[in-house]
Order: sequence, then C-alpha cells, then structure tokens
Amino acid sequence: MRRALFALAIVAVLLWSVAPALWQALTALKPDEQITKIPTVYLPNPVTFEHVTALWERKPFGRYLLNSALVSAWATLLCLVCAAPAAAVLSRAPARWRNRALLGLLWVGLFPPILLLFPLYEGVRFLGWINQPAALIIPYAALHLPLAVWVLESAFRALPREIEEAGRLDGLRALDRVRRLHAPLAAPSVATAGLLVFIFCWNEFLLALTFLTRDGAKTVTAGIASVAGSSLYEIPWGQLSAATVCATLPLAILVLVFQRRIVSGLTRGAVKG
Amino acid sequence: MSDLRGRELVKEFPGGVRALDGVSFEAPGRKILTLLGPSGCGKTTLLRVIAGLESPTSGSLDLDGLDLLGVPAGRRDVGFVFQNYALYPHLTVAGNLGLALEVRGMARGERERKIRETASILGLEALLARKPGQLSGGQQQRVALGRALVRQPRLYLLDEPLSNLDAVLRESMRFELKTLLRRVDATAIYVTHDQAEAMSLSDHLAVMRGGRILQYGTPSDVYRRPEQVFVATFVGSPGMTLWRVTRDGDGCRSGAARLPLAPPSTPAEDFLAGIRPEDVEVFASAAPGSFQATVEGAELMGARTLFTLRSGDALTRVLAAPDACAGRVWVRWPPGRVHWFDPATERRIDGAIGTEAR
Repeated sequence: MRRALFALAIVAVLLWSVAPALWQALTALKPDEQITKIPTVYLPNPVTFEHVTALWERKPFGRYLLNSALVSAWATLLCLVCAAPAAAVLSRAPARWRNRALLGLLWVGLFPPILLLFPLYEGVRFLGWINQPAALIIPYAALHLPLAVWVLESAFRALPREIEEAGRLDGLRALDRVRRLHAPLAAPSVATAGLLVFIFCWNEFLLALTFLTRDGAKTVTAGIASVAGSSLYEIPWGQLSAATVCATLPLAILVLVFQRRIVSGLTRGAVKG
Repeated sequence: MSDLRGRELVKEFPGGVRALDGVSFEAPGRKILTLLGPSGCGKTTLLRVIAGLESPTSGSLDLDGLDLLGVPAGRRDVGFVFQNYALYPHLTVAGNLGLALEVRGMARGERERKIRETASILGLEALLARKPGQLSGGQQQRVALGRALVRQPRLYLLDEPLSNLDAVLRESMRFELKTLLRRVDATAIYVTHDQAEAMSLSDHLAVMRGGRILQYGTPSDVYRRPEQVFVATFVGSPGMTLWRVTRDGDGCRSGAARLPLAPPSTPAEDFLAGIRPEDVEVFASAAPGSFQATVEGAELMGARTLFTLRSGDALTRVLAAPDACAGRVWVRWPPGRVHWFDPATERRIDGAIGTEAR
C-alpha cells in the first residue's frame, strides 16, 4: 500500500515536471497540421524532422549553440576564478565581517538585472563591444558572482583549517592555496557552483537580446527569439519547439554528466576524525 | 644548530582572551623542548606563533639572532606536524611529501630522490602511491612527520603529534620519534598535555599554565624540584599527595591527622606538604617518624600497586609492592622527600630545616 502510494507520488511528480517538456518535444516532431489540430493529436504521426532541419537550414542554429556554449563556459570560468579567492578569504574571516559581506552579496544578487540593462548597454556601447562575446561574458560572470561565492564559501568553510595552514607552511601563496588545495578539496561544490552558473548563463535572454544584433553572434536564447514564420501572422510552433528542445538538450546532458562527478567524500583521510 | 629565543611574547585574541601572557623562553639547538600543560594553557598558541600561523600582540622571537616575526610562515623554514595530521587528501603520499619541495622549485629528479629517502627513513616506501584515506592512523602519522622531515627544516614544531594514536602505538611511536629527532639532529619544540610523553621525549621541559611558563628545566629537575604547586601536581603519575598543614609544635597537623614532620623554619604557620607516591615508606609496625594509617583502596599498576591510605581525614597515596600494605600500617614521609609550598603564593619553600640532605 505504502509502496503503491509512493510510486503514485513519483509518477505524479514526473508528470508534473516532465509533461511540458515532453509536450514540447512531441510538438517538435509533429507535422504542422497536427500541431494545432482539434481534437488534439497526442503522438506525432508520422514523426517528422522537418522542423529540426528547417531550423538548421534557415537559421545558423549550430552557431547559436556554439556561441552559447562559448559565452557560458567563459563566463562560468571567469565567475569561478573570481569567486573562489573571495570565498576562501570570507570563509576564514571573523564571523561578523563574513556575515555582512555575504548579506551584501545576497542583496546585490537580488537586484533585478533589468535595472542594470541601461547602464550596461551604455558601457558596452562605449567599449564597442556590441556583438562581441565579452559584452555577455563579463556581465554574466559578475551577475552570478554572489551565487558562486555563497556556494563556494560554505564549502571552503567546511574544509579543515589545518590543511590551509599546512599549505601556508609548505610555502604556497594565497592564490596557489585556492587553486591547489581549496578547489580540488571542494571539487563537488566547485562543480555545483559551476553548473548552476553555466545554466543561468545559458538561459539568459535579456542581455543577450540587447547586446547581440548580428545573427552570427547570437546566443541560443536570442536566436530562438528570432525564429519567425513566413509571414507576420504565422507562428512557427514546430520550429520554436524544435529550437527549445535543441537548446535544452545540451544542458540536460551536461547535468547528467556532472551528476556522476559530483561525489562527496573527497576529503576522506585529510584529518584524523 | 639553531637557537630559538622568545622574549615577553603576548598574544591577545579579539574578545580579550590572553592566550600568551608574557612568555620568554630559549630553545637550545639540537635539543627537544617540550611545552607541557593542560588544554588552554597557551602551549599550542605559542607553537603557532613560532610557526608564523599567528602573530603575537607583542614580544620578540628570533632564531639564531635573526628576527622571525617579520618572516611569513612559508619562509620560516619550520616543519610543522599537526595534531590531526592535516594531510592533503587529494594527493598521494609522495605528493604530500613533495609539495613543499616543489614550491621551492626543486628539480623533479632531486625531489623524487628526497621523497624516497624520507620515505625509507619512515618505512613508507611501499605506500608512496597511496592517498591518505587509504592509510591507517599510524601510517598517516608517519606521513605527517615525513612532510616536516623531507624539507630538512631548521626547526621542527610538533603539536601533540601522538595524541590521536591508540595507547600501544603511541608508546612505540614515542620512542621512534625521539630516536628520529636525535638522528636528524633536530631542534624541536614539542607540545603535549601528556606528562609521561613529555618526560620521556624531551631534553628540556617548560610547564605552562594560563599563558605563562611556570617552570623551565630538564625533565628530571622539574620532576625532582617542582617550583610551584601546579607543576608538582601536573608532572608525575600517579600524582603527588598534597596536604594542607599547620605548624603544630615540632611537627604539623592536617585536620585530625598529625604528621611527625618538622616544617621549614619560616615564620609561616600554614604550609602545603607534598610527597610523591613512590617516596612514601610503609612499615608493618611503628617506626621512628611514622604515623598510623588504614588501607582504603588498592589499584594494581603492574609491578607495583597504588595504595590509598587514610589517616584521620587525610589521604596518602603510596606506590609499593602489591603485598606491602594490608589493614593497618605505619607510614613515613622521609623528610628529604617532602616538598614544601607556601599555600598563599603556591611557590616552593626552600632552605628549610627539617629537610635532610638526600
């Protein structure tokens, strides 16, 4: 009885969370006339890949994905490289200062990015970075810095203080300690922070739409927005669905890959417990 | 080799805790100095100040006349062994040993030679490719030692390095450690709260309490002539019997019990009289200068037994042969073996009559 209920609950949760994505995927594979047909056609018949191929033919969709991957990867890297030393310092700061700094970061993180759009745009234009990846990479890294610092700080604080001190006595400088001790010892948390930042960067739309106007420079979110029908009055549901699925798939794969890597227990044997 | 000298070191932590309250000491080269004291006495803080992990609030510290306080921890050339080892869990044993050498820019071949050399001293050759998590406690302890050893530092600092080992291993490691430190001719500062460890390991002993060094000397000096009540009770196991006595004619009295023992010739009326359990003499019948006691308890300590004897409301602890005491006995505190202290200052009272020459 209990097991049955449990199974039922799992099915319900799965339906709730997977159904929209599944609907999207099914729509992407349906011929046009079945998409809007009433009564609803649930399963595509026949399965068609015309939307996917159309997407690739009419738009540089591969380029979008590549741009997104590059921008997100660099932004994530930059974000972690900046966040890790900050987190390392904060994790050993007196509690009073640490809490203030973390709260301050939280405040900054809660700031709606749309308020920053205009000043950022002015800055980007001044630097001549319109359509340049840097226009996204740097703001992305900065916007997600609070999140990364929060995740890394709590992980670093859990590391035994003596390991850092051993590193100091072995002659490692502060940044070397972060790179050679903190980062590998808190690897699961670094991976978690990196993954989160990467996902947020990948999904970011507002800045991408504003700073990128040339088709070849667009990231996938901005690219999808530019998918249009043959006339003003036609919404290309099939292609849009295909685009969303294609944009989400890499993220899903990434999460699955990292899920296996995010293993705890890496600090086993560091100090006698 | 290296003489370490500290002058009036004070360390005050935020919040007003004074962990070091004016500590001066001298650690002669090629000797093992032990800082002994209960937890919270400042011994670890002192060690960390010497290592450069903490900076003192005031005072000076120099090694061979060179001021150490301006030198960052990484360049003080000290090998530190942490109480919990603090090995790098993501590196192999070889990596743990080699990191400091690598940071110094030592060439790869030279580095590997050094690592192997150190590993062979400690019997770790077979474990070089393992990670700390795959080692036993004793092996981890050796790696921690090796990490200090491999750098051939001017100064070894050991923070209760044996306290995480089980009793049997601790005793064998104690001897091994002493032999090893002798062999590498190390100047070492060793922190422990275990007086037995301190007695067996050190050339010099500094007993600490409340951020101060109470007494400094060789282990046998400290044992034989404790300068303060605290030192007398902290050093030596089983602990010293200590009676609070008042002068009573040519002897003294502790409550109902009379101690036929002349106190030192000072104007004072109150004293603390102490005697180590192994110094007490027990007789089956009345002997000169003895008093009567009943056996209250007996604890077998191995070759000898620790008896607790009651005279009135005062207790004497005696270390004697297992069959030495039964029922009623006569106890004598040999005058030359009695330590007298001033109960107000807790300091040793010396040059007193009534203490015969040894």
